[in-house]
Amino acid sequence: MNITINNIEVWANPGETVLEVAEREGIRIPTLCYLKGFSPTGSCRMCMVEVEDQGRLVPSCAFPVYDGMKVKTNSPEVRRARKTIIELLLANHPQDCLVCIRNGNCDLQSLAAEYGVRSYRYVGQRRKGKLDLASPAIERDPEKCILCGRCVRVCHEMQNVGAIDLINRGFNSTVAPAMDRSLNTVACVYCGQCIVHCPVGALREKSDQKRVWEAINNTDKLVVAQIAPAVRVAIGEEFGLQPGEIVTGKIVAALRRMGVDTVFDTNFAADLTIMEEANELIERITLQKTLPMITSCSPGWVKYLEHFYPDLMDHLSTCKSPHEMEGAMIKSYYARKMGINPEKIFVVSVMPCIAKKFEAQRPELGKEFQDVDAVITTRELARMIRVAGLDFSRLPDEGFDDPLGESTGAGAIFGVAGGVMEAALRTAHYMMTGKDMPVIDFSPIRGLQGVKESTVEINGIKLKIAAVSGLKNIDVLLKDIQAGKSEYHFIEVMACPNGCINGGGQPLPSTPEKIQKRTEAIYKIDKGLPKRCSHHNQSIQKLYQEFLEKPGSHTAHDLLHTHYIRRNRY
Amino acid sequence: MKDFLDILNRKHMDFKVTPDLFMDIIHESPDITLPAQTAQELREYKSRLTLEKTDKPAVIVGMGTCGLANGAQGVYDTFKEELEKRGIEAELISTGCVGYCAEEVIVDIKLPGYPRLSYARVTPKDVSNLIETTLINHEPVRDKVLGVYHEKSEKRWENLPVINNIPFFKIQQKVVLENCGIIDPENIDQYIVRGGYKGLSRVLKNMSPEDVIEDMLKAGLRGRGGGGFKTGMKWKFARQSEGDKKYLICNADEGDPGAFMDRAILEGDPHRVVEGMVIAAYAIGASEGYIYCRAEYPLAIRRLRKTLADAEKYGLLGDNILNSGFSFKLKIKEGAGAFVCGEETALINSIEGNRGMPRPRPPYPTTEGLWGKPTVINNVETFANVPVIIRRGADWYASIGTATSKGTKIFALSGKVKNVGLVEVPMGTTLRQIVFDVGGGIPDGRRFKAVQIGGPSGGALPESVIDTAIDYENLKEIGAMMGSGGLVVMDETTCMVDLAKYFMTFIMSESCGKCIPCREGTKRLYETLERLTRSYKNENDPEEALLRFQGMVYLERLAKVITTTSLCGLGQTAANPVLSTLHYFRDEYEAHLYERKCPAGVCKELLTYKIDTDKCTGCTLCATKCPVDAIVGERKKAHYIISDKCTRCGQCMMNCNFNAIYVE
Amino acid sequence: MNNQSIFEAYPRNDASLLIPLLQNIQTEFGYLPEDQLEKVAEHIGIPLSRVYGVATFYNQFRLKPLGKYVIRVCRGTACHVKGSLDILRILESELGIKAGETTKDFMFSIETVACIGACSIAPVIVINDEYFGGLTPKSIQKLIKKFKDKG
Repeated sequence: MNITINNIEVWANPGETVLEVAEREGIRIPTLCYLKGFSPTGSCRMCMVEVEDQGRLVPSCAFPVYDGMKVKTNSPEVRRARKTIIELLLANHPQDCLVCIRNGNCDLQSLAAEYGVRSYRYVGQRRKGKLDLASPAIERDPEKCILCGRCVRVCHEMQNVGAIDLINRGFNSTVAPAMDRSLNTVACVYCGQCIVHCPVGALREKSDQKRVWEAINNTDKLVVAQIAPAVRVAIGEEFGLQPGEIVTGKIVAALRRMGVDTVFDTNFAADLTIMEEANELIERITLQKTLPMITSCSPGWVKYLEHFYPDLMDHLSTCKSPHEMEGAMIKSYYARKMGINPEKIFVVSVMPCIAKKFEAQRPELGKEFQDVDAVITTRELARMIRVAGLDFSRLPDEGFDDPLGESTGAGAIFGVAGGVMEAALRTAHYMMTGKDMPVIDFSPIRGLQGVKESTVEINGIKLKIAAVSGLKNIDVLLKDIQAGKSEYHFIEVMACPNGCINGGGQPLPSTPEKIQKRTEAIYKIDKGLPKRCSHHNQSIQKLYQEFLEKPGSHTAHDLLHTHYIRRNRY
Repeated sequence: MKDFLDILNRKHMDFKVTPDLFMDIIHESPDITLPAQTAQELREYKSRLTLEKTDKPAVIVGMGTCGLANGAQGVYDTFKEELEKRGIEAELISTGCVGYCAEEVIVDIKLPGYPRLSYARVTPKDVSNLIETTLINHEPVRDKVLGVYHEKSEKRWENLPVINNIPFFKIQQKVVLENCGIIDPENIDQYIVRGGYKGLSRVLKNMSPEDVIEDMLKAGLRGRGGGGFKTGMKWKFARQSEGDKKYLICNADEGDPGAFMDRAILEGDPHRVVEGMVIAAYAIGASEGYIYCRAEYPLAIRRLRKTLADAEKYGLLGDNILNSGFSFKLKIKEGAGAFVCGEETALINSIEGNRGMPRPRPPYPTTEGLWGKPTVINNVETFANVPVIIRRGADWYASIGTATSKGTKIFALSGKVKNVGLVEVPMGTTLRQIVFDVGGGIPDGRRFKAVQIGGPSGGALPESVIDTAIDYENLKEIGAMMGSGGLVVMDETTCMVDLAKYFMTFIMSESCGKCIPCREGTKRLYETLERLTRSYKNENDPEEALLRFQGMVYLERLAKVITTTSLCGLGQTAANPVLSTLHYFRDEYEAHLYERKCPAGVCKELLTYKIDTDKCTGCTLCATKCPVDAIVGERKKAHYIISDKCTRCGQCMMNCNFNAIYVE
Repeated sequence: MNNQSIFEAYPRNDASLLIPLLQNIQTEFGYLPEDQLEKVAEHIGIPLSRVYGVATFYNQFRLKPLGKYVIRVCRGTACHVKGSLDILRILESELGIKAGETTKDFMFSIETVACIGACSIAPVIVINDEYFGGLTPKSIQKLIKKFKDKG
């Protein structure tokens, strides 16, 4: 069918909304509450457009096209309505942009600038809200909230967690956990997807920048940083580079210039994780222990299971997540090797993740000292690079330090959903057959779908596997396990849709196009490396020879494995 | 007690009463010949039901909510006690509301052979006299008489007004309310004997769903809940929508402050609503339905429960209704108190167990409603119109009213008017007729100022436009809307700025908070009005005076954006009370803004309290009552108010026994 | 009715029963205690935040216990033009609480309602189930004193 937008005839499919057609035609309509892939709620009224024969303006995000429809997205009435709505939001907003974490990257701020808001036209009472700083991972500032409801929808509909919801009514509405409690007292898994979808500064990570600077400035401390697989393909966005640009060497250079003493790679620990996890899988299969085994490297996912399916904790791999393994090795193997008192080492993990902030504080992760001392997100690192006055794009590429800096393609693909599974298969195949897989790329579990499954035959054993991302998608599989109906041997779960490249700590905003680009970059790293299987990593081999003996050894268990804790649902 | 079921199900009857014949027999279809004995029994029972032929007196007490609020329970109990004490055999019946709230408690007495006699303003103290004079001595208690019903009877009450001729009832036309205040709403037989369920029986036997929809279109029935959408069209859309299941919902979440039509119908004639719903369900093909009723109407809910149970017992609801093969299940949902749930998509969300927040339309409920299925939502009054359209014909119905608005409309008339009550008039009646003829004008010798129609979504209309004939289009033209039918009359002591502020307070606290223009905009509108009525002395920010002007400058712009961009009807009409008062009573706004005065003497902060030194006796009561010590004076000498100290609380004026305190 | 049987009347995991269940609990307890809300979430199979969101949306639900006498002040239009705001203000100052609050001794709660439909006797208040109409600033003071004395 054909419709007219701003006097230009364009083609449209039945069932499409005005917004979708306009977007395709390159006509920008501003939105605040719109969430791609979700049914529209039509609550913000920013995307209002004029449609001939409709008495009043209509929300383009929810309004379906019809043949011969005449739309105006830029009439005086539309502009005035949008400007008024922005002004109304500003009237009930702290107006502290200069000191806001989203200054310069805020939808409300840029809309106000775009629509030429030059004064606070409406003045009156503002909604009061309780600042919630109690959780180790996420901070909420309800007074900045514009009630677009996106966080609520992703928390319920995408992550199936439901830690927050709209409470109260009308002008007193606010987004909060049940009973207006703090996030740390409810079943929030700290995936941080709410932050990713917040158009303003109402949700943010708990910042650890200050603690990291303090450690750097403390001459007594040896600051060791590690960077996660997904950080290197995303942080460039913060400095105007193209999404998916691989900037590993620049990050290493930046960290050194900031004053970090040693820079290791979490990809190394990812390889180590694979050694332990593949070994655990084979052990579970051959000794007929609890199956399916489910990966444990996504801390949001682990906390989810502890809250909502504590009866299935035995299914979780006992492997610590890679950065925790790295931390444990830094403070034992590396410290011993270098003759440093581990007490003086400060391990900083640069992660695409919010939940890792909570994970690093889990008392069971560390013996005398916590394995990891601070976790900063991709966004936080970018801020620190800026404040350090570094021109990121002009930094030289530098290499990681030895020995915990070497990695293979298997470690690299931990950054995408399905990557852990693929990496584990590469090594499990070797462990079971003594040979590498004939084809290293395993396409059935690649791609951006929420659930990917396949069957692989190794040594006559048919392994049924699945890779799931986005917590909502895991429920069906878990219910099957509870009912004893699950046929899977091995399941990978990532709390965030599409895995770490779309983690809660990644540069904002996270759009489907960027996710695609970041994913491609991760596979590009894998493809470009000479070694693509964890067991080929020479530093790993050396680590086992010198320190850990073999996967699943007593020392390995002591330092690289963990246990889980039953948590309440409410 | 025997009922129709007992009479027609007697074992010795040589005639089988199948459910499909049930209604025909009761309504005496000429095609059916009953055994003589049964026919006789039936006829006797029916005349007893209508009180046409009675062997003992009947006392009928109006016990709707307004009756009860006026003490009807006490009157009923006293009658019961007195009748028992005196050993008088009489039937004591409770009925719904006849609409004349101002005259409650209304008690009707029906003596054998006499027409029904209606008494007004009855208190428990009057009961003994009524029994003595009327029940025993067959004489009227003249000063309590409201009127006599126009009925055929052997004997007559001499020199008493006929009820339909008294001004309150004279121009009314009772179509929907025909049974309210007449029948016992909890007795299904009383509804049936007055033609109840006849329409349903006809529909199920002789009409296709399309015929029913056609009839509604021909009758010109439009939704009585607000917008006035054509009921037949709505049903047609739902009928044409594909769906394995369809739902029908009765919106009884009447929340307009100052409107109580739906409650009166539910309390006074609930079977009418159920019958209308079953007919509608048949027309659209719905198998399940809900009545979504405010929890604030406990009596209506209690009566509805009994109504549904009785209708099911009679085979008029549930499986295989009247043996037609059509089934319809009806449930009651109690609303939990949210005005916005009157909006149909919010109501759907509420039934589904969510926060009652509206959804964007399209998709309209008729294609995607409750649980994603095609759903029709009509309000109580709309459904109550349906049976009579079937029973008396679409043409008859269409003959009432104006070109675009057919039938009658019920209004809840209240405020500064003599005859407060429920009024049913044909569409096309003027507001003046309702206020002055039916309502009897303004009490206490004051002047009419405005009438608010359509509740918080409507507008306040001044004398210059009240000769407009009421219909959907006309009201819109003069800046109001039909709404659900609240009519609140205001006199010169009502401040229109205060009224607008009152409605904004209401809308603001009832806004669901989903969309920005309604959530944030109504608050700012309210604050603008609040600033107009606030004394500069109570402003702690020097900017406030500037903001007061600024608010007024931006008021119309903001109102327009709220109207054009809000998500649902609540927001889209939220600014109406402000816009209409601003349009018709601009001078009052200006007095508040420029002169800082409230001409009506309502906005306290803008008033100056003064003591009339001639009247003041120096009793010192005001000075002791003043919470801020703003009154000074010596005992036995005239007192004075220190205006700067006075907070305008009004305590002094309230307590003065000599009317010595006045305001300017 | 004991607590268990309230829940038994409602099949599990049916979200449409959330509001009726909350209404039933409130009838039983006079308000919605926190532990009951958790049970509701568990029974209906929805997050606690959603239960709380619904409970705080509707006027009917109370999260704190009410007083012995619940005074509902009608704020319908007819009552407003006949002075119900004055009645409310006097009640508030006499009892030292605002609308929506309960006195510390749990004797009185004040609530406002949109319209109770007794416009003929405006301004009107309802104390528990009893109607008091045609109120004036003076008569309301007397009325409250009567209830205070009654205790």
